[in-house]
Amino acid sequence: MRGWFIPVVLLVAAIALPFVVPTYYVQFVSKAFIMGILAMALNLAVGHGGMVSLCHAAFFGLAGYVLALLSPGYDPASLLLTLPAAMLAAAAAALIIGALALRTRGVYFIMVTLAFGEMLFFLFHDTGIAGGSDGAYVNAKPEIAIAGHQLLDLASPMAFYFVVLFFLIATVAILTMLVQSPFGHALAAARDNERRARSLGFPIYRIRLIAFVVSGAIAGLAGYFAAAQFGFVAPQMLGWHLSATVLVMVLIGGLCSVTGPLIGALVLIVLEEVLKASTDYWKLIEGLIIIVIVLALPGGVRQLWPMIFGERSEERPVRQAAPSIVEGRNG
Amino acid sequence: MADAVSRVALRASGLHKRFGGLKAVSDVSIDVHVGEIHAVIGPNGAGKSTLINLLSGELFANDGAITLEATDITRLPPDRRARHGLGRAYQKTTIFPKFTVHENVRLAAQARSPAPLRMFGSVRSDAAVRDLAAQAIARVGLAAQTQIVASDLSHGEQRQLEIAMVLATDPRIILLDEPLAGMGQVEARGIIGLISSLKAGRAVLLVEHDMDAVFELADRLTVMHDGCVIASGSPQEVRMHPAVRSAYLGDHGDAA
Amino acid sequence: MDLVTFGVQLLNAIQYGMVLFLVASGLTLVFGILGVINLAHGAFYMLGAYLAYWIAAYTGSFWIAMVAGVVIAFVVGLVLENVFIRRLYGRDHLVQVLLSFGLILVIDEAREILFGKDVHSVAPPAWLSGSIQLTDNLSYPVYRLAICGFCLIVAALIFLVITRTKIGMIVRAGAENREMTRVLGIKFDVVNRYVFAVGIALAALGGIVIAPISTVFPGMGDGMLILSFVVVVLGGIGSVAGAAVGALLIGLTDTFGKVFFPSVSSILIYVLMAAVLLWRPNGILGRREV
Repeated sequence: MRGWFIPVVLLVAAIALPFVVPTYYVQFVSKAFIMGILAMALNLAVGHGGMVSLCHAAFFGLAGYVLALLSPGYDPASLLLTLPAAMLAAAAAALIIGALALRTRGVYFIMVTLAFGEMLFFLFHDTGIAGGSDGAYVNAKPEIAIAGHQLLDLASPMAFYFVVLFFLIATVAILTMLVQSPFGHALAAARDNERRARSLGFPIYRIRLIAFVVSGAIAGLAGYFAAAQFGFVAPQMLGWHLSATVLVMVLIGGLCSVTGPLIGALVLIVLEEVLKASTDYWKLIEGLIIIVIVLALPGGVRQLWPMIFGERSEERPVRQAAPSIVEGRNG
Repeated sequence: MADAVSRVALRASGLHKRFGGLKAVSDVSIDVHVGEIHAVIGPNGAGKSTLINLLSGELFANDGAITLEATDITRLPPDRRARHGLGRAYQKTTIFPKFTVHENVRLAAQARSPAPLRMFGSVRSDAAVRDLAAQAIARVGLAAQTQIVASDLSHGEQRQLEIAMVLATDPRIILLDEPLAGMGQVEARGIIGLISSLKAGRAVLLVEHDMDAVFELADRLTVMHDGCVIASGSPQEVRMHPAVRSAYLGDHGDAA
Repeated sequence: MDLVTFGVQLLNAIQYGMVLFLVASGLTLVFGILGVINLAHGAFYMLGAYLAYWIAAYTGSFWIAMVAGVVIAFVVGLVLENVFIRRLYGRDHLVQVLLSFGLILVIDEAREILFGKDVHSVAPPAWLSGSIQLTDNLSYPVYRLAICGFCLIVAALIFLVITRTKIGMIVRAGAENREMTRVLGIKFDVVNRYVFAVGIALAALGGIVIAPISTVFPGMGDGMLILSFVVVVLGGIGSVAGAAVGALLIGLTDTFGKVFFPSVSSILIYVLMAAVLLWRPNGILGRREV
């Protein structure tokens, strides 16, 4: 029962948070939750599926743009309509990109996802869709309304926080269920030894594509709320630098768990805030820190847990994280 | 024991495979009956690996046809062939090294269950799959190692594990690619006994270099040389075949 | 479009493709031989351009800028490989991606500290700055022709070194079977260091060479990085000839795309890549069989 203790404590703390801290921190934690959803979504593909994707920001940004495009002028959009639309758009993009990218292996997969992500970036940057390089505004936060009666106005930071928290918990629940299901085990098998998984009868391409699409859809969920919170979408939301940053979050948090990336997101966001406030050259420091962390902790920050809390007997000491589509120099 | 007409589980006819200008397999035909172990032997470069890859679907033939029971599987990829009842063990042990013995075999059983890609519900809830896995593990003699991580097993135990995985998919035909490679005498004895028991109710194709084991196990023998079949029949017939003696068995005394 | 305009655009496409090939071959070299995916490759292209601008402004000579730029990039490559890159060998791709991403952040900031974030232009050397008269009213810059020729020479040099010299043989042997070559006593550490240095020197050279005809700006590395990747994906696994074909295709697509479909020209390249992936997942000249 010890396993339940920490999550319950954290949940209680999360629910209590907006009542005890200033609004600025409520919004900050909302943002951390949103990035946490994005990072966990990416981890389904990277950690569980072994697919290193550099285009997830494109799904994130696309969903944000869908909200901007569907938001009527200065009135709030309906969350019940626009959120599914945004996630559907992200899922569709993931389907097309995944269907093409999964025809390749190893490094080529990474390069292809990077390229297609950039393609979506240029689509919004160079064309007139939603303001081009200037971006577009989401003038009013979406609302949850049924038949004209407003149930929840997301303009209130507290309401927004709880809606995001709800989706965070839902994401954790869905991802946990997926990972523990037969599908999740087949996905892990394909990552661990593709050849053996295929020769047992698992349809590898289909399994990976499904995982990639689910991962993209959840990334879209995060992007929707990011756009709603920030009130503005710009092509940078689809940029590969963001994709790479989310990968860092995934690595920091540890690839082998569902909630690890949430911690990674928190750590990196706090780190960025601290660095940006301290120096103009924060990118340099961030780059160096990333390098140090990756070199020192290949298993993520969780490697530090045994050092801090004492090693638990039922856990293996260090889980080697080595996910990547089976090397194929020659395919 | 044997039916008057033994069912053909796998039949390949007229297989050709070229790599650029090199003919790896030329007009090879072979069939494997239920209840028999059909061994394929030949010197290095004879085309045995290519043949087994053609049969399992990792390579596609340039020409020829392959049928599994009644189904034409010539153009099917490996996973679909597996779902039709083809199982394969590899020359280089191909298992899931980071998973336990139980999880390895459970995955195999899952692959052939009615809903292998179910996206909800924990794997623990499927008792049928778990029982199938436990049976297969016990059958190969690894029951005591069920919770051991596969990479921690000995070489011979990993071979046993691979066979358990193949068994858990309940195949009609099993392709064994040099199962005794790299084994000591004692380990090999165990595997030989296991292989012999596999043919009950299914067909087994065995590619192997260890001649003693081959003659002990095989009901029928096919000899390959330079990509072609040069002889096929019972072990006794093949032993006497002049082409075989000159090409292969004549050197057997010196071979490892 | 009349014949002369077509000819001019064709030359532009070839020239663009050649620079792309130069940079992409640096990338393939590092990936093919060292097994390292280096996202910072584009950053060295950018550094090359900024170095060219700065040294040319300081010394007044483009030639000095070119030579000095390549030498500096080469030396930086040697040091970087020793200090950092060799920790990436044998690591899985995710780690390599993230480490090279961290490197990009460092290089970007370093460039900002050293050269600022302004946009610059560089003048080509005097004797190459004229134009050749093609028709009564159309002329083509000599410098662009010079680029084509120069890149061809460099490519030929690399080809000769790789295929005809002892060092080239060692490099190729290492790519095929590292363990065996190590057993034969060849000092791989040194070879790796030089291969990496040459790889990023090529990227920097691309940046130096392109500086006089393009603007030098902070984001130029990203664009080139992704295009280099597309070249490698298009051309096929491990095929230098494929990279040449890929680079040329991209040059043609981009140049003529800008003429006929200006609003979506930047997307056309990716559409091309999608088409190639559908038809030949292993690249145009890659292996057929999966």
